[in-house]
Amino acid sequence: MSKPKFAMYWAASCGGCEIAVLNIHEKILDVDANFEVVFWPVAMDAKYKDVEAMEDGAILLTLFNGGIRNDENEHMAKLLRKKSQILVAFGSCACEGCIPGLANFSPIQQVVDTAFGTISTDNPNNVRPQTSYEMPEGAIHIPTLLPVLKTLDQVVDVDYYMPGCPPESHQIAAVIDLVIQVLQGKAQLPPKGSVIGAGGSTVCDECPRKRNVKTIKEFGRIQLTEADPELCLLEQGIPCNGPATRSGCGAKCPSAGAQCIGCYGPAEGVVDYGARLIAAFGSVIDADKPEDIERILDGLVDPAGQFYRFNLAGSLLRAAKPAWKSGD
Amino acid sequence: MTDTPETQPFDKAQGESFEPVIIGFTCNWCSYRAADMAGTARMKYAPNVRLIRLMCSGRLDPTFVLKAFAGGADAVLISGCHPGDCHYINQNYKMLRRFHLLKRVLQQMGIEPERLKLLWASAAEGAIFAEEINKFVEQVRPLGPLNWKPGNGAHVEAPVHEEVPA
Repeated sequence: MSKPKFAMYWAASCGGCEIAVLNIHEKILDVDANFEVVFWPVAMDAKYKDVEAMEDGAILLTLFNGGIRNDENEHMAKLLRKKSQILVAFGSCACEGCIPGLANFSPIQQVVDTAFGTISTDNPNNVRPQTSYEMPEGAIHIPTLLPVLKTLDQVVDVDYYMPGCPPESHQIAAVIDLVIQVLQGKAQLPPKGSVIGAGGSTVCDECPRKRNVKTIKEFGRIQLTEADPELCLLEQGIPCNGPATRSGCGAKCPSAGAQCIGCYGPAEGVVDYGARLIAAFGSVIDADKPEDIERILDGLVDPAGQFYRFNLAGSLLRAAKPAWKSGD
Repeated sequence: MTDTPETQPFDKAQGESFEPVIIGFTCNWCSYRAADMAGTARMKYAPNVRLIRLMCSGRLDPTFVLKAFAGGADAVLISGCHPGDCHYINQNYKMLRRFHLLKRVLQQMGIEPERLKLLWASAAEGAIFAEEINKFVEQVRPLGPLNWKPGNGAHVEAPVHEEVPA
């Protein structure tokens, strides 16, 4: 009997998710023992046309990482959706946009200008990539950027979400174990739309730091503050995204003395990640007069960037107005 | 809610006739009573605001405001008891802190601060409530429709209508 087919694809992402998968060490042999890897551009040679030639639903499991930044990403998302029985939005980019999604704060022209026209770019002739170009051999094309980055589920139907930037390797290993058990008939898949490979609570719940329900007179920055290693960072005025962030990482960053930046995405029941943080941060401010509140808030240098670092594309507003206007 | 700006595209020449859709959040104890009073006293004020009653302004999750904007509202009004008068001791102060933070975030998202208003109104201030709503409508009108539609149009699903006994 032929083995069930497995695919992994990267759209707008950094490649960290692929490394996290390889980082499951010898468990990767179980993947190979139980699956036939048919498409995984970062690990093996396969062409898009090989996927296009497959029957619909031929792939059992596809891990899709990366956001939808251009029409090629969109095409691959739709293609892999058609060819896969189970499509997993794998990692923060596919689930909620992640760092590439921060481009949704700016008009797309400005994103391109920053990439090709700022001082750190060696581009003396100020060249801009063209989406098609006539060569003697014929026209060649590169993908066209979309005005805003989209999450995978804004483009196609998604079966499961696996958050994290990247997902923790032990979580990936647990999910792979589960899928193998399902194949052997020893376990059942969770309901469609579930978040897998993560906890159902918040990072605060896993955080070893002590909370005293204290309020603060000013916000600080972690690199400029001598933070108490035992106490809650937010109650020391350090912007920590733990209260809104899904558990599953084991509160690694706060345990190591750094604030949670929210890579595991919104916790269970959180509709808008940033809104939950606005509520949480507002609650620790110790001031009643508008001018005092404003003074304390001045310590938060980039609130939207703080609250939507990983979540802008997946938030209720999805993109700042100048960004989505740039597509009109 | 999403229909109004879509079906009446903003025309600069007809800018005067643009009627902003405003979602207003009121608290049960003061500002909703103020609106009630304006009503029973038959005070006339602009019909642009759709009021949603919460038990307290402190119940206002910033998500509500974002959802209103994402779903097609042109502006959002938040109102509650005067500072010191909160039925739940001090929850309106909590809302005040969140309001200031929310306003900063909205500005970064490209939503003009004039589209969000905070209004304290006691149960006796029906006239003030009506007057402030009129002022707010005139403040929002020149900004034109917000018509939020990143990507492929409005994405907030229409709410499932449910009968709520009065």
